[in-house]
Amino acid sequence: MNFTKKLIAVLALVPGLVFANEGGFPLDRAPERSDMASLQNGAKLFVNHCLNCHSASAMRYNKLRDIGLTDEQIKSNLLFSADKVGEVMKTAMRPEDAKAWFGAAPPDLSVIARAKSSSAGSGADYLYTYLRTFYKDDTRPTGWNNMVMPNVAMPHVLWQMQGVRTPKMVEESDPHDHSKKIHTFTGWEQVSPGSMSATDFDTATADLVAYLSWMAEPAQGTRKKLGAIVLIFLSIFAFLAWRLNESYWKELK
Amino acid sequence: MGAAFKETKLPADAPAGHKALAWVDDRFPLSKLWNDQWGKYYAPKNFNIWYLFGSLAMLILVLQIVTGIFLTMHYKPDAALAFNSVELTIMRDVPWGWLVRYMHSTGASAFFIVVYLHMTRGLLYGSYRKPRELIWVFGFAIFLCLMAEAFFGYLLPWGQMSYWGAQVIVNLFGAIPVIGPDLSLWIRGDYVVSDATLNRFFAFHVIALPLVLLGLVAAHLIALHEVGSNNPDGIEVKDHIGPDGHPLDAIPSHPYYTTKDLFGVSMFLLIFTAVIFYAPEMGGYFLEYNNFVPANSMQTPAHIAPTWYFTPFYSVLRATTADFMYVLMAAIALYVVFVWFKSRLSFKAKAAVAAIALVLIIGMLPQVLDAKFWGVVLFGSSVVIIGLLPWLDHSPVRSIRYRPNWHMWVYVLFGLSFVALGYLGTQLPTPAYTLISQVCTLLYFSFFLLMPWWSAAGRFKPVPTRVTFHPH
Repeated sequence: MNFTKKLIAVLALVPGLVFANEGGFPLDRAPERSDMASLQNGAKLFVNHCLNCHSASAMRYNKLRDIGLTDEQIKSNLLFSADKVGEVMKTAMRPEDAKAWFGAAPPDLSVIARAKSSSAGSGADYLYTYLRTFYKDDTRPTGWNNMVMPNVAMPHVLWQMQGVRTPKMVEESDPHDHSKKIHTFTGWEQVSPGSMSATDFDTATADLVAYLSWMAEPAQGTRKKLGAIVLIFLSIFAFLAWRLNESYWKELK
Repeated sequence: MGAAFKETKLPADAPAGHKALAWVDDRFPLSKLWNDQWGKYYAPKNFNIWYLFGSLAMLILVLQIVTGIFLTMHYKPDAALAFNSVELTIMRDVPWGWLVRYMHSTGASAFFIVVYLHMTRGLLYGSYRKPRELIWVFGFAIFLCLMAEAFFGYLLPWGQMSYWGAQVIVNLFGAIPVIGPDLSLWIRGDYVVSDATLNRFFAFHVIALPLVLLGLVAAHLIALHEVGSNNPDGIEVKDHIGPDGHPLDAIPSHPYYTTKDLFGVSMFLLIFTAVIFYAPEMGGYFLEYNNFVPANSMQTPAHIAPTWYFTPFYSVLRATTADFMYVLMAAIALYVVFVWFKSRLSFKAKAAVAAIALVLIIGMLPQVLDAKFWGVVLFGSSVVIIGLLPWLDHSPVRSIRYRPNWHMWVYVLFGLSFVALGYLGTQLPTPAYTLISQVCTLLYFSFFLLMPWWSAAGRFKPVPTRVTFHPH
């Protein structure tokens, strides 16, 4: 029967399926940068470059106190789109305009670092790779394209820092189907330099991504610190509960 | 009319607590209730680790209700406000709101883990066998109620997965012939999942189902304490009564199982809090990544998967493709032949089985009802069939300990199919995955439908008269 044949074919494929690749552009690991200076630098980059089009409607400006900024610093350096430090981070751009200009309304970035997690990597990995893989593509309305999210509506906002790049692609015939061609990415070609070196740009992006990750869950630092105390407390409780239980049960024959 | 009311007289120098208790006991059976349900409830002394999950389920129920009350104080059941009432108000503005939210979201998954383990215990030791059928039926109703509770609650954060998960499940009702489309419209209160749906799901989640759940838990416990607990040996401890009138192999729950459960609680809390503080998303299984994107009715996600605890049943639904209908029709025909020759049912009963099978097979023809409808039927049946276990198991012994060794492999195969279905339900369907889930679906149903025969087959081991107990 057809069903049995299919079954045998599938069972033979199982080992391959388990290790099958997710596909898509491989994600770079976002460097761990959770110190206050990095987060503050990330916040500055975020407010200056992202907040023009994106909002962070679940993020109040004064929450930035958690990464070591004072209300005064927030007010004088970062408060562009609001009047009071207690307000949430809104964007000046109206969603209807955004839709008309870019074809899609820019998503709210409050929890974007959590939303972009997948089996391919953490949300931070995704954002770190995404922000560094824009390239010049004249076929796109914005003149930009992206390796992680092909045909993305967003232009390369940080291009002045990174400069203009194009990917180097090698055309090969598909090993499974020789009539088809596949394009393999082999590296980048710098068309014109940016204001930053490649290393400095990676560091700046890492700071921005660290900020986005922090903003997605400002409580995560407290959470991890408190967790250790709770687990120590519960270990003691578990030990006492175990001894108490033993002391009762040893009388049973 | 009972006896005339008589106030209990305690000596004047008796402690105030004793006097107060006597005063209450004269008016309300407080001590009696405590002693019947726990204090002097005699339970077999050979309980093992499997017997911790009932009290743990109770603990989680209380945790869910308490954390739920605090979440309700800050949550807004309004399509325009719901997402940020969670992400802004609860997760950032409310002091410790994030902790309460993680306790509640992790609690939902923990509830299902504990309940699945609790049900596995029942399966291994035959805890649903006579006279404990109703305990199982009440427990099964709790499981149904829990699934509904989780489903309604999952819409509330109003993320993409909340929204589209609800959309998919409500649309299933649309597959019912004639009334389907109107029924799903009635459930949603709108043509798509919307503010109206969110409001009613909120009402179900915070009041309707918790009330039913509490009532069912009470019924489950009263039934248990009426007939007494089963045990890993699957024998009746009440067959050997000691001089004190209590079973020789049973001990009062308090203090012995109070302390044992307390130790179980401490171990559970260690794992539970480790998840809350270090992996609240649990790799996207407890909090799905796509649910951090606000609900958008204009943008269908590429991959809609229900939360992990529904995926075994969801896989059964997805496995029911048009091709698979012919396999099902053949399986039903085979089953009728099997029943006809192997069962001891009366001729009338056999004829009824054959007639029902004929109706099913005709209904499965592509010209009659489509595969989507049968997918929903199988999805429902895969849940409901669990409730029928007390009448499907014909084993002469209750516990797996005294069953033929190969029975264990039947359970293992069933367990693997269930886990495989669960895993496949979280993945995007591919032709290969669909085929594996079809095989697992057949294994899943065979386990139950063939149980009357396989559970009675083989060489059973001698059952001891007294429980196996190793003193500490």
